[in-house]
Amino acid sequence: MNAPVTASSMPAITYNFAYLDEQTKRMIRRAILKAIAIPGYQVPFASREMPMPYGWGTGGVQVTAAILGADDVLKVIDQGSDDTTNAVAIRTFFETTAGVATTTRTQDATIIQTRHRIPEAELKAGQTIVFQVPIPEPLRYLEPRETETRRLHALADYGLMQVKLYEDIARHGHIATTYAYPVKVEGRYVMDPSPIPKFDNPKMNDSPALQLFGAGREKRIYAIPPHTQVVSLDFEDHPFKVQAFKEPCALCGATGVYLDEVILDDKGGRMFVCSDTDHCSTRQAEGHTGTMSAPYQEAAHD
Amino acid sequence: MTDAPLLTARGLAKYYGHRLGCRDVDLTLHEGEVLAIVGESGSGKSTLLGLLSTELAPSAGSVTYRMRDGATRDLASLSEAERRLLLRTDWGFVRQHAEQGLRMAVSAGGNVGERLMAVGWRHYENIRSEATDWLSRVEIAAERIDDDPRTFSGGMRQRLQIARNLVTRPRLVFMDEPTSGLDVSVQARLLDLIRQLVEEFGLAVVIVTHDLAVARLLSHRIMVMKSGRVIEQGLTDQVLDDPREPYTQLLVSSVLAA
Ligand SMILES: Nc1ncnc2c1ncn2[C@@H]1O[C@H](COP(=O)(O)OP(=O)(O)OP(=O)(O)O)[C@@H](O)[C@H]1O
Ligand SMILES: [Mg+2]
Ligand SMILES: [Zn+2]
Repeated sequence: MNAPVTASSMPAITYNFAYLDEQTKRMIRRAILKAIAIPGYQVPFASREMPMPYGWGTGGVQVTAAILGADDVLKVIDQGSDDTTNAVAIRTFFETTAGVATTTRTQDATIIQTRHRIPEAELKAGQTIVFQVPIPEPLRYLEPRETETRRLHALADYGLMQVKLYEDIARHGHIATTYAYPVKVEGRYVMDPSPIPKFDNPKMNDSPALQLFGAGREKRIYAIPPHTQVVSLDFEDHPFKVQAFKEPCALCGATGVYLDEVILDDKGGRMFVCSDTDHCSTRQAEGHTGTMSAPYQEAAHD
Repeated sequence: MTDAPLLTARGLAKYYGHRLGCRDVDLTLHEGEVLAIVGESGSGKSTLLGLLSTELAPSAGSVTYRMRDGATRDLASLSEAERRLLLRTDWGFVRQHAEQGLRMAVSAGGNVGERLMAVGWRHYENIRSEATDWLSRVEIAAERIDDDPRTFSGGMRQRLQIARNLVTRPRLVFMDEPTSGLDVSVQARLLDLIRQLVEEFGLAVVIVTHDLAVARLLSHRIMVMKSGRVIEQGLTDQVLDDPREPYTQLLVSSVLAA
């Protein structure tokens, strides 16, 4: 079914569907299946060289390549945006090597590859989100020895993770970890959710979508199957809290979403806008406005 | 307290390949008892301590321990999870080099709190007040709680190691040369503190030292090692005042000469 596809930009070279050879894909799929069977557990896999640098999320790209089918609709985001260099490059990569349909709309995608965000629109059953992971080991910060971290996971010995949060409070007065905030999956494995803002952590809990994590350089794959319990670690007297924003999005007026600060000029002018560009433009198209919306945009809706 | 020993070793031996670490060691240790292991460099003291504390696997022999629930267990039969729990609740280990016994990049409070968090404490203020309490017991000022041990003197680091170990109220503490490398006055203060804590908590201690003055000050009983074997043992004062073995006599006289 996966016929070789000819890259339009390089007519002389033919790729296997989605670049990776079928044997490699089967190896990665086995790792994914094992990861799904043991939620939150880091499964080693033989990570391959991809035609892009490691910092570009080769782990996520390999996972996507292994699960992609001809009928899939792919969305790629980087920090919530569909049109950063990184997102465009990966999307183009799969358009070229697999010829699959792509979209920027969260609802229309069957596979969403992401770096650093989970979309604002609720994910649905049947969707798969693939996270690009730089450092999969949540215990690395305090225990650099790989043999020891594996043993700690095997024994569910997670006091050390709590020490990290303790240190945070001791230094900053509160848990200052805002990205890659550690979670416990199904009451068993402690997992690094990749550098998403902790704002997105609650979205991982009981999600109807399948969540896959790929770390290329570190050669690890892990997973959260649909409807799995995901709990952010904390202390009884310093409970986990997500970031709250004082103002709504300046362009679409959305509240309860993750906002990015945008500097407008060198006189301190700035605004806060949705980090999820698809969410923001969808809302604007529906007629929602914010404080910085240009008046003619409203008029344009008749 | 019961009459049953806390720790018992029988026929303990360790070979590193063909090289002898120690052999034929038998010992019993009761609750609240301090045992010093002395002998020249290379005589097998650290090896023996490693075997007793399960850090090394014996080539022969066994070690049994009376657990908190009263059951005496062969340590080799413990699961890895049970062994780890024992190591960080009912046991302590104070090392000569603080970097091996502390997390140098973690604050003093985090170092002391680690064992509490490992056994399930999840209330920050409770962990902190327990850590503060232990810092004051080992004479570290409360305002140093957020400083990391890299900013501490050698004596403070050893005292922090002690607090980090004692916070779970262990019954048995292993110490490997805890005072060597420190200035004499710093040593004296540390020994004083150890003696006081041993008394207050009724700790059983196995302490390795090459310094007979340390053994005399702290221990009830003493074992003298030479070439991997125990050549003489008994009550500390008896052995040091009236050594029978020529080797022990040499050790004692070199102290007197010092
Ligand atoms: N890891 C090892 N590998 C090989 N040989 C070892 C090892 N550790 C110790 N030995 C050997 O075992 C013997 C006992 O060493 P051990 O370290 O137990 O002595 P020690 O009494 O603690 O000496 P010191 O006072 O110098 O610390 C020595 O001959 C030593 O060389
Ligand atoms: Mg030694
Ligand atoms: Zn918006």
